[in-house]
Amino acid sequence: MENQHIEASHSTAQASVLKNLAEVRAMIRRHKANDYIFSIIGLIALMIGLVTLLILFVDLVSDGYPRFTMDFLSEFPSRRAAKAGLLSAWVGSVLVMTVTFLSAVPIGIAAGIYLEEYAPKNWLSDLIEINVSNLAGVPSIVYGLLALGLFVYILDFGQSILTAGLTLGLLILPIVIVSTREAIRGIPVAIREAAYAVGATKWQVVFHHVIHYSFGGILTGVIIGMARALGETAPLITIGALTFIAFLPPSPVTDVAPFISFEWLTSGFTVMPIQMFNWLSRPDHAFHINAAATGAIIIFVTLLMNGTAIWLRYKVRKNIKW
Amino acid sequence: MMTNAHKPQATAAILVDPPISARLAKNVRRHMFERLIEFILMLAGLVAVATTIAIVAILVYESLGFFEHVSLVDFLTDTQWTPLFEDAHYGIMPLISGTLTTSAIALLLAVPVGTIAAIYLSEFASHKTREIVKPILELLVGVPTVVFGYFALLFVTPLLQVIFPDLPGFNMLGPGLVMGIMIIPYISSVAEDAMRAVPMSMREGSYAMGATRFQTAIRVVTPAATSGIIAAYILAISRAVGETMVVALAAGQQPNLTFNPMDSAATITAYIVQVAMGDLPHGSIGYQSIFAAGLVLMLMTLFFNILGHITRKKFTERY
Amino acid sequence: MINATTPIKAESKDLNFYYSNGNQALKGISMPLYENKITALIGPSGCGKSTFLRCFNRMHDLYPGNRYDGQILMYPDNTNILASGVDPIEVRMRISMVFQKPNPFPKSIYENVAYGLRVRGETNKRVMDDKVEEALKGAALWNEVKDRLQDLAFNLSGGQQQRLCIARALATDPEIMLFDEPTSALDPIATANIEELMSELRNKLTILVVTHNMQQAARVSDYTAYMYLGDLIEYGDTDMIFTRPSRKETEDYITGKFG
Repeated sequence: MENQHIEASHSTAQASVLKNLAEVRAMIRRHKANDYIFSIIGLIALMIGLVTLLILFVDLVSDGYPRFTMDFLSEFPSRRAAKAGLLSAWVGSVLVMTVTFLSAVPIGIAAGIYLEEYAPKNWLSDLIEINVSNLAGVPSIVYGLLALGLFVYILDFGQSILTAGLTLGLLILPIVIVSTREAIRGIPVAIREAAYAVGATKWQVVFHHVIHYSFGGILTGVIIGMARALGETAPLITIGALTFIAFLPPSPVTDVAPFISFEWLTSGFTVMPIQMFNWLSRPDHAFHINAAATGAIIIFVTLLMNGTAIWLRYKVRKNIKW
Repeated sequence: MMTNAHKPQATAAILVDPPISARLAKNVRRHMFERLIEFILMLAGLVAVATTIAIVAILVYESLGFFEHVSLVDFLTDTQWTPLFEDAHYGIMPLISGTLTTSAIALLLAVPVGTIAAIYLSEFASHKTREIVKPILELLVGVPTVVFGYFALLFVTPLLQVIFPDLPGFNMLGPGLVMGIMIIPYISSVAEDAMRAVPMSMREGSYAMGATRFQTAIRVVTPAATSGIIAAYILAISRAVGETMVVALAAGQQPNLTFNPMDSAATITAYIVQVAMGDLPHGSIGYQSIFAAGLVLMLMTLFFNILGHITRKKFTERY
Repeated sequence: MINATTPIKAESKDLNFYYSNGNQALKGISMPLYENKITALIGPSGCGKSTFLRCFNRMHDLYPGNRYDGQILMYPDNTNILASGVDPIEVRMRISMVFQKPNPFPKSIYENVAYGLRVRGETNKRVMDDKVEEALKGAALWNEVKDRLQDLAFNLSGGQQQRLCIARALATDPEIMLFDEPTSALDPIATANIEELMSELRNKLTILVVTHNMQQAARVSDYTAYMYLGDLIEYGDTDMIFTRPSRKETEDYITGKFG
């Protein structure tokens, strides 16, 4: 490509940038300084949340340190702070969460499957969808009011573990439904079509293939939901969880036939967050230490559960090689 | 149907090819099974609808009972809320002022910080930074609110008292700020998703005009994501208004008609909790009052949701 | 005809380009852009013509890991656009771009055109009004939008949006305008409008256009470059390329034997 070139001649609408190059360069420098300043501010904005989380955790652990003993987990609450323990609370939490799991997970997964696989595009499906997203935004205490009116009185389940479990089950239902739907959406149509092509019925495809492949995603949502249920306080206070119970609900396992008892479902109860709330509401500082220890335990468990869910989701996303 | 004349072939036909009626019967059974499954699954879906109906029904039913004793005018204009006292007053304004003040403080913190964090994560942060920070912010969402209540009562308020020595132990500033921090991840995650959805071609158009990263982020990407950003704010408002434990623990439980953050006050949610902890005869006015308060709460969140819906429709992106 | 006195506005010298995955997309391209002329880049998909175009305004800098090797010199100041010491923002203020799919901002028609001015710190309303009008006239859009400058740009038709993008690119008096398949998303009438526009614009500035459509290149350009798999196969007068190409590969492509 031979070219004898002549430097570009000056034309009319030319080179307004070249004309005041120094000015333009200074302006660009100023503007780029804004880039830099903003990244600093942005980083600070991110840090606020993270640093708070850190301080929170350290604060709880350092305050609650004296009560990190096995006694704490095996003692009932007491009027004397040093003797007060978490036994009824953590047992209550486990029992309530069991009911929550059993109510929210099957219904939630079923509803999610219905919306993704079966629901025709009609007003009913739209109605269900609108309600699911609406319920996700309802304040948790309103679920408590619902449960108080409906479960405690109208259905006469009383202020029991059954009521508590159902309440939290309804609360986390949208979480389970949404994560089921998202997990199912991630499955390529090609896999479904392959299953249909060998003559499977719709339910067979759903049960053997769809659920199987979306299991990881569904599990992630369930764990997140359960972690949420563990920490919920307001709805359970509203239905009348007791805050000073010095007994355990009757054991599910008995030594008389038929060896399984459901009496515990109707028992009064307390859970860890409520115990913490109760101790925190007392002016006596000694109880605040107990509250801190409880808080540390709750936060530890919920962080563990959420962390597991996040890790699980990450692995699911990476491992699927359609 | 088969006749005797075809018997030998008929036997073979049965082994190889069941008669049509048998096949149909099997298909019909299978078909009915499938329909049954679908019906059961649909019922599961309807639980969501039933829940909403139940919530509305309970709140309205008990509130109707409440409003038999209390006039609507009193409810909206009385400046005191003391349903359980001898001299009972039933003005909802003190509870609303408590709710609005604490939420406003929370949002004043969360909206700027959350939006800036979202812009930073979407437009400035490296891929690695995003991969690390996003899960951590999600963990923040998982912290139980009672723990934040502890933080507000025993850490933040004493800290604030160093700056404002006259600050009472129960005040709205501490829990307001803590609620704000709690809400930041809600805003940043939804807003960031909205910004990342803006197509790269629009950013290229901006950079091609000689814009810097900051100019592109603020002048092009953020306006393009307006609808999603508003959705984030609405989510945050609902969350703030509905929050219970932080304010119940740290703002006090005395209804107080004030907008001063340094005062103690009760929110709608804190009142419900306080009453629920006491002895509530079913059907008493005290019992009904928490449902009336709950109804007001629902109406407030509904109002903000609708407002958000309308605003979002105005800004729907078309690209 | 190229002659010794045709001024060159810019030229690439032995330009190589590597994407972040290691793929070499451009191999030693050396080519001039003559001032106030339209140069077209043609070639089959994947030949590197868009890659080459986007080197001129340093678009590749937006995606980490890309690497330039070689020079693009701009005259009269002899600046190497690709030098690491040269600010891409400065380059983009002198060289603007119109994209394949119209990409107006979510703003009014006026604000879209004024964007480049605002980014440069212009605040004087009268100056902006004048420049916006001038740019819209230069893009043959003024008469259609002069009464609705505050309308959202998204309300315009596809062809109008593309002319708006051209106006936006014009408003800042660029020295070179890059067009990346500007009419591939438009209907034939809109296409004809844009081609006519480009023809007129060449009086004010220098144009480099990438096109998939050979007839368009033949209609509109003064010089044509044929690229294939990252190499510059042939460059010359458009008339010569299309009637008497000197390379067989060029002839094969032009006559539709392949590509």
